[in-house]
Amino acid sequence: MLGIVRQKVLGQSLQKVRPAVSLLRSYSSAAKQMTVREALNSALDEEMSADPKVFLMGEEVGEYQGAYKISKGLLEKYGPERVLDTPITEAGFTGIGVGAAYYGLKPVVEFMTFNFSMQAIDHIINSAAKSNYMSAGQLSVPLVFRGPNGAAAGVGAQHSQCYAAWYASCPGLKVLAPYNSEDSRGLLKAAIRDPDPVIFLENELLYGESFPVSDEVLDSSFCLPIGKAKIEREGKDVTITAFSKMVGYALKAAEILEKDGIDAEVINLRSIRPLDRSTINTSVRKTNRLITVEEGFPQHGVGAEICASVVEESFGYLDAPVERVAGADVPMPYAANLERMAVPQVEDIVRAAKRACYRSVPLAAAA
Amino acid sequence: MSGAFSAAKFTTQPFLSTPLPPDLTTSPSISPAPPHRSSDPPANSASFFFQIESPRRSGTVVAVSDVVKEKKSKSTPNLLITKEEGLVLYEDMVLGRAFEDMCAQMYYRGKMFGFVHLYNGQEAVSTGFIKLLKKEDSVVSTYRDHVHALSKGVPARAVMSELFGKATGCCRGQGGSMHMFSSEHNLLGGFAFIGEGIPVATGAAFTSKYKREVLKEAGCDHVTLAFFGDGTCNNGQFFECLNMAALWKLPIVFVVENNLWAIGMSHLRATSDPQIYKKGPAFGMPGIHVDGMDVLKVREVAKEAIGRARRGEGPTLVECETYRFRGHSLADPDELRDPAEKAHYAARDPITALKKYLIENSLASEAELKAIDKKIDEMVEDSVEFADESPPPPRSQLLENVFADPKGFGIGPDGRYRCEDPKFTEGTAHV
Repeated sequence: MLGIVRQKVLGQSLQKVRPAVSLLRSYSSAAKQMTVREALNSALDEEMSADPKVFLMGEEVGEYQGAYKISKGLLEKYGPERVLDTPITEAGFTGIGVGAAYYGLKPVVEFMTFNFSMQAIDHIINSAAKSNYMSAGQLSVPLVFRGPNGAAAGVGAQHSQCYAAWYASCPGLKVLAPYNSEDSRGLLKAAIRDPDPVIFLENELLYGESFPVSDEVLDSSFCLPIGKAKIEREGKDVTITAFSKMVGYALKAAEILEKDGIDAEVINLRSIRPLDRSTINTSVRKTNRLITVEEGFPQHGVGAEICASVVEESFGYLDAPVERVAGADVPMPYAANLERMAVPQVEDIVRAAKRACYRSVPLAAAA
Repeated sequence: MSGAFSAAKFTTQPFLSTPLPPDLTTSPSISPAPPHRSSDPPANSASFFFQIESPRRSGTVVAVSDVVKEKKSKSTPNLLITKEEGLVLYEDMVLGRAFEDMCAQMYYRGKMFGFVHLYNGQEAVSTGFIKLLKKEDSVVSTYRDHVHALSKGVPARAVMSELFGKATGCCRGQGGSMHMFSSEHNLLGGFAFIGEGIPVATGAAFTSKYKREVLKEAGCDHVTLAFFGDGTCNNGQFFECLNMAALWKLPIVFVVENNLWAIGMSHLRATSDPQIYKKGPAFGMPGIHVDGMDVLKVREVAKEAIGRARRGEGPTLVECETYRFRGHSLADPDELRDPAEKAHYAARDPITALKKYLIENSLASEAELKAIDKKIDEMVEDSVEFADESPPPPRSQLLENVFADPKGFGIGPDGRYRCEDPKFTEGTAHV
């Protein structure tokens, strides 16, 4: 909560902070580069090629090549039977996806953005997540719901929202949030192969970002485990957890903190549910300090759950109060300056980490 | 209840089974639907305004309920069913009725709990449709699903046990009254929300088409039936799926069990045009109205609709005008329905009607039918005994089946989260 209040005060001073992902270009020259969009596209392509039961459905996925061009080329390659343009009927086609999954097909349902999944949330929660349990294991639902999630830019309150905490609170769902190209490939392939319904939260603003990828990541057998977080940067002074776009911000914050002599450990959660409590707690036991970062609303958020886990399992190791850096507790405003204040910025993370390390933090007005 | 929107006033026109005008009876009016019909007939002028076919097909979907009458009067030997078929239908309907009556007893005795919605009075719809299906065909139902499960072949023991919340139930006690599933019988639920089952059913039908066209399983001609009520027909998912099913020519039959009441909301007070079947042609599929209190008429319409789906000719919307003899659920005081209306439909009990038909046409003797009644009574009694004696689900079952993944991330036997296993997703990967 503290983060929010300060964020509003400090917002004015943060205008110059660039999106964090750009820094990655600096150490990527040796490896191959791949955009998140290419990573998602290639993962879909490979899984569709490997298993004829996999098909893609959603609005504009076919002839339009995807509203965000994630499905580019797939219609041409797999035909309209497997790359299905649907009418604008979220409740309808989401339910159709569930019914198709009952019979062992592996639908990948694209929401143009996850905001539209609200129209179909009955089928996500009541049909997809609960069928296996209600049927006592007779009917499983191997289904992926994917699409961009979280705040975009300048699209207002109804189109800018993070659904990680919403879906992660529902048993029967697995919730993944990739950050870079490696995550996107490995996690999407894992999601498609998984026998249960998976919510796959992409980020529109990352689609065009390039990240270095190894040969292993490019291999068609590459797959990441669901439920495992990744330590993106090792450190000993403070743990910062983040997912999706916020991982980039956390890495950028860690770079800034390093100059002040604070060695931050950055955990890319990758999987929101199951949550890798072990990796988080192991890290906190080492650093004794924790900052959680998310774009979503603070109350009952992902940070709240991480905080609870650390209080339950590692209370005695904490040397400072846990801080949550989250989106402001308001619907997303439209005006650019307000919008910027409503989502976490790198500076917010830096300040929270400094507070946790008992360093002096300049007031916003002075900055 | 007064004025133009009084339910009582409207029911007398289109919905009570008034004799048809002779011209309609002899030649059911089936016309290719013009893309823009300039003048619709008044809503209550004729409930048997039978509609279109897909423009590609030369044949027509007939108003079978009319044809039935015709055939019957013309030649008695030309019966609609054989003796064997008649007995199967009778047995299934009696089972549905006896089972539901027993459920009411057991509910009041505290053996089952929560919401229990009974099917009494509507048996002709379940029996008329489902008994024509193959085992591979699917049924998607609503919260009023016990009898659909029984018709589809789920044993009475398994259904009763599920209602008792026992481990021997068809979902081991995890589903309950409104969530009957049986993958063996291709019963895909049991959906408790209005309209929720329709997209799922449409997805099952989509699978049949996908298997045939993409997975090249040439023999896959499986049909899906989606059952739902009149109240659902005002819900958006109904319209969304009529559109997609027709657009993609899916092998599905949308079966409306129009029992005239959505809990306490009269269909006529809720729906701008109460003739639901007319919504089929609007989406480019045939819409048929049938007397849902007559199992033989339902069966004739169902044959045509299921056959159409199986031949790959696309979906059909069938409106079965029926009536539930009990309240919406066992918790419903049922105070809004007119006693005269209830009496009218009670006099048209589908089981009594079938019995009369079987005996009058010498398809079965009184004694044969009595023997079936007795057999069913015993079967239902047995299901209660079985359910009563069955064990409740063990404590350990609570956390099972949340995921299909055998390494699902519930809490494992060692008390640790399963996701801590580094090989968490291994075994699911098959590239």
